[in-house]
Amino acid sequence: MVALIKNSQNLEVWKVLESVKDPEIDTVSIVDLGMVEKVEVEAEQIKVTLLPTFLGCPALEIIRTNTKNAVMGLSFAKNVEVEFIFSPPWTSDRVTENGKKGLKEFGIAAPPRHLEEDGSWHVDCPYCDSTYVTMENIFGPTACRSILYCKSCKTPFEAMKPVSTIM
Amino acid sequence: MSNVEKMMSTEEKKAVETLLFQLADDDFLFSYCGSEWLGLAPHIEEDVASSSITQDSMGHAAMYYKLLEDLGLGKADDLAHLRPAEERKNSVLTERINGDGYYMDTPQYDWAYTVVRSYFYTQAKRAKINSLKESTFEPLREVAVKASMELYYHVMHWKLWFEQLLSSTEEAKAKMISAIELVVADIGDLFSYGEQKELIERFGLIDSEEKIQNAWLEALRPTFEKLKLDLPIVPEPKLNGRNGQHTDELQAAIDTLSEVYRLDTATNW
Repeated sequence: MVALIKNSQNLEVWKVLESVKDPEIDTVSIVDLGMVEKVEVEAEQIKVTLLPTFLGCPALEIIRTNTKNAVMGLSFAKNVEVEFIFSPPWTSDRVTENGKKGLKEFGIAAPPRHLEEDGSWHVDCPYCDSTYVTMENIFGPTACRSILYCKSCKTPFEAMKPVSTIM
Repeated sequence: MSNVEKMMSTEEKKAVETLLFQLADDDFLFSYCGSEWLGLAPHIEEDVASSSITQDSMGHAAMYYKLLEDLGLGKADDLAHLRPAEERKNSVLTERINGDGYYMDTPQYDWAYTVVRSYFYTQAKRAKINSLKESTFEPLREVAVKASMELYYHVMHWKLWFEQLLSSTEEAKAKMISAIELVVADIGDLFSYGEQKELIERFGLIDSEEKIQNAWLEALRPTFEKLKLDLPIVPEPKLNGRNGQHTDELQAAIDTLSEVYRLDTATNW
């Protein structure tokens, strides 16, 4: 019985984490981004373990606060701890299908899964799906994004950078 | 973490701390110098790119300082901001100014110097991170895997600039060649572990100085061959930052970067 309650509380935490959005991309949650590594519920003590996408990301503290506040809203939550760990490392293939949809909706191409031998990669335009795009800057407005340009619909757009442990 | 800590002998702990300070201070100062280019880089795309690299590098420094905090050495932010110059373990190369002038006034920074320093430094960091993935100290292995993914893009970026400028006009080439001389003159201690070399190597925290230096040279070789340049010869360090020997440029950097933090060390900036 206790185990069952714990289990359902655990699911409730996961559910509420879906309401914690990326501070800059309100169409994707931290769950969609694959940032949530673990949820532990022990009596009134709840611990959420998150993986940072990029280490120097200034949004991490905002995400920590938002996560804490969201979980505190649950009736059984008394004490909430949010911890960032580096291992396992966050990789771009952790972004869920739902996350990819959310990114596209926002005008950001999802991180490609495939890397060429020379390390280059390709994404399609998130607006018109054209494959006729050019890389403008591998470094974008935030650490996790690159800037591209679609030659078909003539729109600049961003893509989430692929990162994997083979790099 | 605490288990790892408990198992370490005093000597091993000393070795871990020393190496962590070297890695942290290197990335911290390198990142600080990079941040001075904000708004001044040759074009807007570069402004975005180099700030992004600078931000990542600061993240790496923060992670090393955090590991030191976990080992009981003090608060990470204090370690970054408040330690005096003579306690800093960064290599001299990372503390050098970007060029003449003052950021708030009329900076006359040298982009060729920045490209060469960044490329050589980042490629050396690559050699170290690759080796740290096999470190006997688990937290360092974890950090290395994470930093490695970001470093991939940094190396690609600086290598591209290095190759492009050296394949460009005569003027660009001449500037790059003199920048290489300046950077190489300071590069000795980048591959040094200083007075704690024996301990750091004995505990297998990272490969030997010689191995890292060779890995660096081998990584540079294809680029240098393509550009028909002779590989640099790493000099013995005149000043060894690993032993707390520094130039006045470090003091100036510390004064500037910690100015706000010192105003109120209890505030969350």
